[in-house]
Amino acid sequence: MHRHSRLAGLIALALTTAGYGADLQPTGFDFMSAPTQRMQRDDALNPAMLWVQDGLARWSQREGAASVSCASCHGPTPRAQLVGVAARYPAVDRELGRVVDLGQRINLCRQRHQRAEPWALEDDALLALEVAIALESRGLPMAPPSEPLVMAAQALGEQLWHKPMGQLDLACDECHDQRVGRRLAGSVIPPGNAVGYPTYRLEWQALGSLRRRVRNCLSAVRAEPFAQDSPEMVALQSYLAARDRGLLLQAPAVRP
Amino acid sequence: MATRAIVSVPATASRGQVVEIRTLISHPMETGYRVDSEGRPIERNILRRFTCRYEGVVVFEAELHTAIAANPLISFYLLVGDTGTLDFRWDGDHGFMHAESVPIRAG
Repeated sequence: MHRHSRLAGLIALALTTAGYGADLQPTGFDFMSAPTQRMQRDDALNPAMLWVQDGLARWSQREGAASVSCASCHGPTPRAQLVGVAARYPAVDRELGRVVDLGQRINLCRQRHQRAEPWALEDDALLALEVAIALESRGLPMAPPSEPLVMAAQALGEQLWHKPMGQLDLACDECHDQRVGRRLAGSVIPPGNAVGYPTYRLEWQALGSLRRRVRNCLSAVRAEPFAQDSPEMVALQSYLAARDRGLLLQAPAVRP
Repeated sequence: MATRAIVSVPATASRGQVVEIRTLISHPMETGYRVDSEGRPIERNILRRFTCRYEGVVVFEAELHTAIAANPLISFYLLVGDTGTLDFRWDGDHGFMHAESVPIRAG
């Protein structure tokens, strides 16, 4: 970003940090530098918008043996029917009878209705659709459903959150509840919110999912990361969504 | 991802006004200094040049190098003259080329 700013000859503006709901508890956004906050606030600076553009193009692209597009069922853009959807995931898939995250839900749609091969969970194409849908929930409060299966996933997620893991024997809560705002090496420890995903991380130089972020944390404590499509991964996401209930969605966020 | 670019140009501007133009493009900007998980070097793949023409005249040009981040943002200021077209062009390694055209209306 600093490189970008210099290249662009931009002048860092004096911005207040209380960008997202000053009355709400702080999120990772509030711990970032002013230039990074500015990148998130301004869509013309946010590289995640490249994925949004890609997702909107894919939205109306016919796929699979059934040759139907997302638009065939859900209307010309995600705005038609999917406003607020990202704020409710992970949610129950009735046919599977279990909780799935938004990426998995898109893949299920792909298999059932388009009769196409599912994408790998961190595929750029899937992230692009995910972020195009998530954008339609930006500014809305996180509102995970209060269904028994979701609540069971949240409970499992909460257990994992408090469970020491890996060779470093660290639990999520030891950093993201107890040491928020302090530093881990050079980085400020954020509260560990789910509200910004998919997120453009400067460290990744790419858009990535909450699954990817969790995997990063797990390998950082030298634990074997949960598989991307494991019940544990969905459970942790469900718990994080419940923990963030009422916070406003920032997707696509920018993080350092 | 297919190459995507976002160009932000003010919808209207008055003649003689200085406006900010911003461009974003999806590009890995692979440095050529990294290796993959098998230890094999990853070939360099970067953008080399960015050009903006205003009614065919070059008004901004930049050389890009390996130290520039992926999905580079390039922004610059333009003195608005006549109504016309802004042509943006990114050239890179392996014959990469992407172009965008955006009209600018001088009110």
